Formats: sequence, structure tokens, C-alpha cells
Amino acid sequence: MTLRARIFRTPLREGTVFSRADAVILLILAALLYLGVHLATDTPSIITGPIIRLDADTLPYYALLSFGRMLAAYILSLAFSIAYGYSAARSKSAERWLMPVLDVLQSVPILSFLPVVLLALTAILPQRAAIEIAAIVLIFTSQAWNLTFSFYQSMRTLPTEYREAAAVYRFSRWVRFKNVELPFASLGLIWNSVMSWAGGWFFLMAAEIFTLGDRDFRLPGLGAYLQTAAAEGNTSALLGGLGVLVAMIIALDQLVWRPLLAWAERFKVSQVGNDDPAESWFLNALKRSWVAGAFTDKVIAPLLRQIDRRLTPSAALIPSLEPVETNTLWNWRSILIGLLAAGIIIWGGISTVGLLAQLPLQAWLDIAVGAGATLLRVVIAVAIALAWTIPVGVLIGTNPRAAKILQPVVQIAASIPATALFPVLLLGLLALPAGANMAAVILMLLGTQWYLLFNIIAGASAIPRDLGFTSDLIGLRGWRRWRTLTLPALFPYIVTGLITSSGGAWNASIVAEYTNFGGQTSRVIGLGALITSATADGNYALLLASTLVMVSMVVLTNRLLWRRLYRLAESRYRMDQ
Amino acid sequence: MIDNTLLNIDHVTRVFGKGDRSFTAVKNITLKIQRGEFVALLGPSGCGKSTLLRMVTGLISPSGGSVLYRGQPVNGINPYSTMVFQSFALYPWLTVLDNVALALEARGVGLEERLSRAEKLLDLVGLDGFESAYPRELSGGMRQKVGFARALAVQPELLCLDEPFSALDVLSAETLRGELMELWSSGQLPTQAILMVSHNIEEAILMADRVVVMGKEPGHIVAEFAVDLIKPRSRTQPGFEALLDRIYGAIAGKTENETTEVGTAPGAPGQTRILPSSSVEAMAGMIDHLSETAKGYDLYKLENDLGIDMGDMVQTIEMAEMLGFATVNQGDIALTPLGQAFSDASILTRKELFANRARRLPMVKWIMDMLRAVPDQILPWKVFYTALLREFPDDIATRQLDVAIDWGRYAELLDYDDRDETLSLDPSGGRAS
Repeated sequence: MTLRARIFRTPLREGTVFSRADAVILLILAALLYLGVHLATDTPSIITGPIIRLDADTLPYYALLSFGRMLAAYILSLAFSIAYGYSAARSKSAERWLMPVLDVLQSVPILSFLPVVLLALTAILPQRAAIEIAAIVLIFTSQAWNLTFSFYQSMRTLPTEYREAAAVYRFSRWVRFKNVELPFASLGLIWNSVMSWAGGWFFLMAAEIFTLGDRDFRLPGLGAYLQTAAAEGNTSALLGGLGVLVAMIIALDQLVWRPLLAWAERFKVSQVGNDDPAESWFLNALKRSWVAGAFTDKVIAPLLRQIDRRLTPSAALIPSLEPVETNTLWNWRSILIGLLAAGIIIWGGISTVGLLAQLPLQAWLDIAVGAGATLLRVVIAVAIALAWTIPVGVLIGTNPRAAKILQPVVQIAASIPATALFPVLLLGLLALPAGANMAAVILMLLGTQWYLLFNIIAGASAIPRDLGFTSDLIGLRGWRRWRTLTLPALFPYIVTGLITSSGGAWNASIVAEYTNFGGQTSRVIGLGALITSATADGNYALLLASTLVMVSMVVLTNRLLWRRLYRLAESRYRMDQ
Repeated sequence: MIDNTLLNIDHVTRVFGKGDRSFTAVKNITLKIQRGEFVALLGPSGCGKSTLLRMVTGLISPSGGSVLYRGQPVNGINPYSTMVFQSFALYPWLTVLDNVALALEARGVGLEERLSRAEKLLDLVGLDGFESAYPRELSGGMRQKVGFARALAVQPELLCLDEPFSALDVLSAETLRGELMELWSSGQLPTQAILMVSHNIEEAILMADRVVVMGKEPGHIVAEFAVDLIKPRSRTQPGFEALLDRIYGAIAGKTENETTEVGTAPGAPGQTRILPSSSVEAMAGMIDHLSETAKGYDLYKLENDLGIDMGDMVQTIEMAEMLGFATVNQGDIALTPLGQAFSDASILTRKELFANRARRLPMVKWIMDMLRAVPDQILPWKVFYTALLREFPDDIATRQLDVAIDWGRYAELLDYDDRDETLSLDPSGGRAS
């Protein structure tokens, strides 16, 4: 698999439309949700959020708080990804369970759990801690899955000869991890970290500005600052907050991700040189810097050696490279886990059915109508996104001069989390007739279009030049050229982009369709609004039903539509074979 | 008497997969290697020579029989052996020096010592000055030198070489072989025996003391040849060509009668022959070349003439034998009258000749019979694939179908629709129009 494939392809696993594993996982989710709902009934009905001051000198403090949450969640995600991906790749029996679980988890609209998680945690923990933890958990769930898939893919695609050489040369587990596995996975991990951080900002902003009726769950941070500023109509504070957020994201990009990517060039597996290696001015500066050099020699190198000494036992026996096939059916640990899982599933099943049975027919009708309305919004948002990203993406991808001007603009625009813009949007749109509806669609659009655009740019720049020349020679122009060359060539990239975009749009509906702005609640008809308002009203049967419906809709669209298109794209429209 | 046996491969069998889907890679192989010996394993691709090498190093374990090293069964990775890989297996993110030093780090050698030892070894293979280069900056030959330096760094008693020269260009391979032989015969190496897998017969004769020829389906030892030509050896040495001819004869085998040659259909009792992965173009090229020469052409000369490697050539010869276009006997190949006719024929007649023969191959016939048995004579690819999985592992089953489809398309017997992944009978039925 090419590096690009390892980084960008959303892994869609082969399999039946709906397997037993899916059912088990959905039941476990239902059980967890039910547990959350159970706890949530104890939540105080009025929660006052922190007072957010809009003075300019508070901004650095709020920015630091937001950044800290992101960092905590990211470290958690990275540790989880490596542990989970490693176990799934190393053991056949673990893989059979771990990968389907991940597959469902990544299609679940995480935000639908936010209200429940928040309520449940505030019931059992001190308020501030509960909200902090909920935010971190939420960011974690938005960051972890793609990192895990990336690491797992890397472990699975590690060339056999690397593994054989590691065994023949008797590398201990630590030596192998440090020198073989981690370097091989690093490029994929770094690229996915960039994406995870982008996703993380989106969710952090959503979590920081979340209010449910009289319960104000805001966290002191940039998100809350923006919302307060918008509610008070304080334009200068609003612009200041956005400025700080963008500055922080750009600084991270320039000072962390770009240097890391440039540094990670060495981990590329291809044996030939690269025409266009990633570069970073910051990394170059660091390399020239005496201080950085001294720091590496005097602090980092000895530290690493210390770690090496601790972790490198002289290995007595290096096992063969046979796939580990333990008979998991009969060891006590798996029996215990199995029993536990069965217990949770049965309990979850019973309580779910019990709760759902209470729901009147009218509520089911509401859910159906809501699902239809949200689906319509998702389709509109995705259609708008496609309508502008295809021409712009092709322009940037095929025209170097346009790319030079537009690429940086697009990158900065894409780096602003849509949820941070939401208060601004509401400020402008709520006064208009169909304002709330428009705001919802625009928020969905903002969250979904960038991934599509980047995929299309990548696809357009990957169209082989020979094909372009041939099309010139035979005089293909206008619509015919689009139909015979450009669109088929873009197809796999569009599908990949759509998978993520549409999932993101569903997700966004939960914050987009029900909003509390300046003390006023505005809602439109939709599944997302149902989920949020059901939580606010304490109607847990409705919450459970609508959440499950949303999860099923996303999972089924993935299985029925995207997976098929993806397979078609893979088999017929791949250029890089 | 002192027992000089270093390695004792004792009735070793290796089966991959389980139950219905199992595949025997090597069967009942017995081979001993003495201290001081250089043994080369030769054979067509798929004969299990690499599998055998991996059992010797302990990367995989035998399903039956045992691999004894110094009389002890190998359990886990064999600590006395090491391996040089065909694809070098250097870590591209480590410098040349770090690649070598890492092998020492894993053995618990301290930082200072491993760096100095690694440098000494790089000097030995002639890479001083390249310590801080990354593998991608080096040529293939130099990369493999790093591979050798790394292998020698751990002072192995038994050095296993897995086609170490086959990814190199001709000149680099020649140089590296010479240098290895120089080190080996001068006694500068701690190594006591070398076991090399190769598919280059000349290389094996130039280097080894003993050449072991393996055959496939399943992998087994066909013959052993002691090489007692004086060293240093060269291709022009008396006796070299004679040996080459004999070994070629052993590898290419002898054309059997037609029933054995074509084997039986999948699912039917008897041995299902694996279709050789060769194309019609390659076979036609070889037949054309043979038709210009006298009868009874030496196989090793053919390899030089056509400029392709032995592995590919053996497959092409097998294809011609299977179809009845050529026969092989004692290292010589000759066209049959049919082969001669094929060579003289026009493009369309060639297709018909080919179709007539291909239709008789059990694999092709089996596919056609299955297609005839269904109403619209069309079946998904998966059906055949699943049926073949009962006799072959995954990758071979896929390759079999690829080859059958390729031949069938040329012969206008079969059609394959990549869009729906279905096979169907060609309406022309093999009569080129």
C-alpha cells in the first residue's frame, strides 16, 4: 500500500451489511447510554456556568485552558491508539473483536453522547471536574479512532522482511518497537494527528459552549469566550477571540506539525528520492541552533539511553514469527470477559427495550420526521460542499499558480473549527426568517467541506499528466473532458471525502439544530434537535430512541452506500495501480 | 570421530494453513550441512527453498520432522544463525552505521563498542566513508554490502543467504559474489558454514561446494551435486558447462507423458498441476527462438540467449511442455512438430493451435465444463476461486485463475468481465475468426 493510501483512505472493512458483532456493539452502546441516563436523573436541574470575562487580558488564560484540554485528550488518544492497534494487529483472536468494534465506534456520531455524558458525570462528580472530564472524553473520542486505524494499518503493512530481520537479529520488544515499528508507523501517525487535532478543536468548541435549558455546562475557554462575546454583541471581543484561536492553530501548524512532518521524511519507506519533500523553516532553524543542539546532546540523548538501558533486557528466546493462534475459547480470562459482556448486553437489551416500549407512537413519528429533516439538511450541506469544492479543488490541484495563492488561504480557513464560528453565525442569522435553519445547514457545511476539498485537491493533482496530454491531443474540452477524464479520476477521492463529510454533518446536527443563544433557545425540526431537547427535558426514552436511530442511520449509510461506492472506486477508478 | 555436522534437517515437512485449506510447502526433506561447507539450494519458484531457509533460522517452525542445530532442536530464532535478505531488509530511517550497530545493540553490546565494531565491518566490506549515508542514497550493490556487514557483525556460525544477489544488477552481483568468496575462503569470517538459496545456477556453481536441487508440488529434494571444481572458479573452467548442463537437466526435469504432464482437474483424484505463470507472448518468443536453431538445444544457453532469469524461463518451458509444444530431456529442449507448426503459423492459426491444446488442459477444461453446465454460461470468479481454495493456498488459487483467464482469453475460449468479476464462455469457442 502506498503511503498516501495509509494516510488518507478511510478504512472500510469488508463484511456483511449488519453482522452479529454490530448488534453486540450497538447493544453495549445502548447499555452505556442507559447507564448514563440512569445517572443523569440525579443531575441538579439548574447549573450555573462560569462567569466569562471578556477583557482582552483573559484571552491568553482561556487559550491555555483550551489547549490544555486538547493536549490531555491527545496524549490519551495516542496511548490508546498504540495499545489498541498493537493488540489488534498482533493477535488474530483479538483482531476479530477489536476491529469491528472500532468500525462501529468511528461511525457513531459522538456528539449525540455529549448531553448524556455531561449529565451523567455531573451527577457523580463535582461539577467542574465532571465537565472537564466530559470535554476531554469527547475530544478523545473524536481523535482516537483514525489514529488507531492508522497505527493498526501500519502494523499490518509492516514489510515482512523488516519483521524477519528484527527477529533474526534478536531485537527485544522494546528495540523492535523503537527502531522498527514506531518509525514505520510515524508518518501515518503524524498525518493523522494533524487531522485529529482539527477534529478535536471542533468538538472542544462544541463542549465548551454547551448549554441545556437551565443547565449551563460552559467551560472557561476560548469556546465559551466566543459564545459570551457573541451573546453580548461584543464584536471586538469576538474578533479578538477568533484571532487568538486562529493564531494558536497556525502556531501549532508551523511550530509543531510542519517540523514533525519534515523531520519524519526520513521514515518514508520508498527507496528512491523524493522531488518534493516536506520542509519546515522552524526545523531548519532548530537544526542550526546551538541551544537546541546542546539540549539534544546533553538532555535528550542521555535520557533516551537511560530508557534504553531500563527496557533492553538481553533476550533469551526470540519466538518464531508464526501467527499467534491461542485457543481463546477455554481460558478463564476470556470466559470472564465473555460473561461480563453477555451480562452487559442482556441488561442493556432488556433495559433498552423496556425504555423504548414506554415511548408513545407520536414520539416515533417525531423521530421519523426529524430523521428525514436532518437527512435533508445533510444532503443539502453535502451538495453545496460538492458544488463548490469540485471546481475549486480541480483549479488548485491542476494549476500551480492558483495553488500558490489559494492553498494558504484555504488552509487557514479550514483550520478554524466550525463550532467556534457558530456564535458568530447565530448573531448574524437568527434575525432572518429561516435563520435557524440556515444556521444549521451552514454549520454542517462548515464542518464538512474541508475534508472534501483536500481530497479533491489531492485527486486532481494525481491525475496522470499523460492522460491530460492525451485529452488535449484528441481535443477533449468542456463537459466531455470533465465526464471522461476529470470526474472519473476524482471519483475515488470524492467518495473518500464524502464518507467523512457526511458523518461529520450528522454529528454537527446535534449542536446545530438546537441552540441556546443569549438565554434564548431556538430549535428546528430534526433528529439532532430531538436528541438535545430530549436530554434537556429529561425525556430519556426519547433520547435513547433518537440516538439509536441516528447511530443506525450513519452506520447503515456507510454500509449500504459508501462501502459499495468505495469498492467501485477502488476497483475501477484507481489511477495509482 | 568428531561429528562435524552443524545443521541437520531431519525429515522436515511444512504445511501452511489448516484442514481443507492447507498447502504443503515442503515435504520430508533431509539435508545435513557440515562445518566448513557452502551449500546452495536451487529450484524453481514455489519449491519451498525459502521456507526451508526460514525453518533453519527459526523464523518458522516445521510441521513435521525436526531441524537440529549442533544436535539441539531449533526452538524460536536460532541464535547461531543469521540471514541476508534478497530485499536487503535495511531500515530506511537508519543510517548505514546505525543499521549495522542496531544488530549489535540487540545483543547487548555497549554503545562505544558497537559503533567501533560496526565501523570495522563497514571497512571490511569496503564501505568506509558511507557510515552516515541512508540506504536510499546507496546503489543496490552497496545496500547489500550493508546487509552483509550487518549479518557478519553478529558473528554467526551459520550464514543464511536468501537470494542475496538477485535484486542486484549483473555487474554489482558479480563483484559482490567475488568479494564474499574472498572473505569466505581467506578465513577472515567467524562463519563456519553458508547456506544460500538461489535461482541462478551459474552463481551456485561458482560459489558452493554442494548444490542441492529442489522440485515443487510439494517441495522436495530432486538431486545433489558436489562441486569439486578448483577455486577460484570461472565460467570458462573445464567441467563448468558440463555441470551446468547436468544441473539444468535436474531442474527442468524430463517431459512426462501427456497425462502426467497436464495433471488432473481440480477436485478430481490425482495431482492438479499448477499452471505455470507465464504468458503466451513469452512462450511464443521462446518457440520462435528455438525454431531458428537445431534440435536439442542446451537449456543454459537458452537462458543466456533470451536474457531472462531461470525462474521465469522454467515457467515458460513448463508452459510449452504442458501444451505439447516442446519436450525437455537431460538439460536439452526440443520443439515438437506441433511447436514447429506454431512457430510457422500466422497470428490467427497460432490462436487456433493454442486453443486446441489449451482446451485439453484439465484446469481450462474444468472451467469450461462448469460454465457449460449453467444456463447462461456465466459464473462469478468467486465460484472458481472458492473451489480452488480446497487444493491451493489463497495466492496460488488467485494466480491460477489469472493464468487460466489469460490463456483462455488469448485462445478465445473464455471471457472475463472485470466489472462484475464474472467468467463466461467465449461465443467463438476458440475458432479465431
